Amino acid sequence: MNSLSATFSRFGGVMLLPVILALVAFVLIGRPSSWLTLTIAGLAMGMMIFLMASGLSLIFGLMDVLNFGHSAFVSFGAFIGATVLAALGIWVRGDSAFLNILALVAAIGAATAFGALAGWFFERVIIKPVYADHLRQILITVGALIVAEEILLVIWGGTPMPVPRPAILTGSFLIGDVAVEIYRIFAFLLGLAVYVILHLTLNRTRIGLLIRAGVENREMVEAMGFRIDRLFIGVFMAGSALAAMGGAMWAGYQGLITPALGSELMVMVFIVVIIGGLGSIQGSLLGALMVGLTTNYVAFLFPKLALASTMLLMMIVLLWRPWGLRPAVKG
Amino acid sequence: MTTQSIASPMHTVSARVTIGRIIVYGFAAIVGLCLLFAPFLFPDVRAQEVAARICVFIVLVASYDLLIGYTGIVSFAHTMFFGLGAYGTAIALKTMGRGFDAIVVGGSLGVAAAFILAVLIGLLSLRVKEIFFAMVTLAAASVMLVLASQLSNFTGGEDGITYEIPRFFSPANRLEDANGDQIRLFGVPVTGRLYLYYFVFLSSLALFYLLVRIVRSPLGTVLQAIRENEMRAEAIGYRVVAYRTSVFCIAAVVAALAGVLRAVWLRYTGPDVTLSFDIMIDVLLMVVIGGMGTMVGAIVGVVIMTLAQFYLKDLMGAGAQATADLPLIPDLLNPDRWLLWLGVLFILLVYFFPSGIAGTLLGKGGRK
Repeated sequence: MNSLSATFSRFGGVMLLPVILALVAFVLIGRPSSWLTLTIAGLAMGMMIFLMASGLSLIFGLMDVLNFGHSAFVSFGAFIGATVLAALGIWVRGDSAFLNILALVAAIGAATAFGALAGWFFERVIIKPVYADHLRQILITVGALIVAEEILLVIWGGTPMPVPRPAILTGSFLIGDVAVEIYRIFAFLLGLAVYVILHLTLNRTRIGLLIRAGVENREMVEAMGFRIDRLFIGVFMAGSALAAMGGAMWAGYQGLITPALGSELMVMVFIVVIIGGLGSIQGSLLGALMVGLTTNYVAFLFPKLALASTMLLMMIVLLWRPWGLRPAVKG
Repeated sequence: MTTQSIASPMHTVSARVTIGRIIVYGFAAIVGLCLLFAPFLFPDVRAQEVAARICVFIVLVASYDLLIGYTGIVSFAHTMFFGLGAYGTAIALKTMGRGFDAIVVGGSLGVAAAFILAVLIGLLSLRVKEIFFAMVTLAAASVMLVLASQLSNFTGGEDGITYEIPRFFSPANRLEDANGDQIRLFGVPVTGRLYLYYFVFLSSLALFYLLVRIVRSPLGTVLQAIRENEMRAEAIGYRVVAYRTSVFCIAAVVAALAGVLRAVWLRYTGPDVTLSFDIMIDVLLMVVIGGMGTMVGAIVGVVIMTLAQFYLKDLMGAGAQATADLPLIPDLLNPDRWLLWLGVLFILLVYFFPSGIAGTLLGKGGRK
């Protein structure tokens, strides 16, 4: 038993779990083409959820703040992205790949920029007065979530909103006999790029060093003379911007969005953060991929179980590792 | 000895008679009297709906306060337990027919399910941070909501279940005198509807009294000790996890019983009236507005919120019409947006009066 777990951790430990999951599913599904489609869908979905979850997890890790209003950034990101795409209608539908990409960049950029600005406002006005008081933090952020969702309804109304998808990202290409949607590949690559950037920032730069030190021991960093409150704002803005970006990507993926989107995704994001462990980027990635894959596989294999599958996954992980798979903070 | 030293500051506070205390307890007494005589004071149907709703919600909110206010546990699964009680009763009444046996069987099955689920969730996640627990309960509650709307064979899906309650409680069950005339009490006909209201009222009263007794008991003192300083409570020798889990189970069972009452009163159970996240937010707002950590705050919060739900909407509708020519303002004053203003009020309350209306008036404002 011991040697087994030693081998397991030598080959990457818990990071192997998505691979194991994919292999088990391959055996159960049996048809390589369906398996590939499901795997790609799962990875794409996982990466989009990773965008939303990483911000939440990072904010928690550094500032010890769990923002229940995080899903508001996701919804606002989705609606702003959709509005920009709708406004740039000719660019989006046209044949010119350049204008397509420009429209896409504008949409995602607008959502991300809004997320950063709203994050700044949120941190200053809502969260700053209640640091280090978890009960009031939860209450305040839930209150902010209620207000934000109502504002969303005031601006965009309650009707579902169609999202035009740039022409370059529609359609699919074939690998063997498997049709692969281009948007899924795009979502996966974008998520991967964000992960790499986050990873490099956290591990290779001075700011990343400070953030990691802050996660480890906030007082010590302050005692060394660094302004940790500025770091807080920066991380909060980045986290919110990532959530809004994830929301915009999700809007393009779904094609039709409703104001309830944020709260629906929030549960998934929470489960991802719980599975992955609070405060770590790797944990969020791991959790997001596992949730994405499990949702897709189970929906195919046992459609009736689909809804409870992520919950079951969370239960199993919590029984095995009560702190999540890869927590950065304990306590 | 230790229990004494924790309890004594509380007792010195509660011994003082201040204007705030008179206002709060006076308000609670007036509400109690209004509810006691509700069928005679407000004979129309709508007002009785409001009165019964207030009764059930006082129990629900007070049991939530036991968690959030007295023990410092934030759970988002409270409506899940409420819903389990309601759905258990509803399904039994639907399948077994209209009888008291169905209420007893279904109700106890629902309560048992709530209890088992509470034990599982509690043991699984109460040993970690409160924030973690809040997330786990939120996830569990939303899965339950999805299950309720998906398993439409049992739960009727989004539409919910309508069913009949025992004949004894129906308006057709009229109390007649020897001549076959309807007996009236203070001008109000004595029918099953009246019995039903008093069934709900008395059960709610009993449950509320039970919660007050729990809070006043040594158990309640230990819970407050855990809230104030978990490490110290553990060091003194109280098993924090066991206490937390048991109070979570007590709250879950009381919430499920409140769900049974709601199901019997409404003769309808669906996601919107029992399980939905909106109800959870209502309960949260009621606890915080009323005052966390004060049982009487539950009464204040429920009454204010319920009345606001009915009258704030009217007021906002009038405001929206008056400002119809201006941009954006009519949208903000749309009666459907009443939650927006309550949300703002909620945030301001948490900032400036974290102990809520009753808590501030009772002089617990300085804490935290």
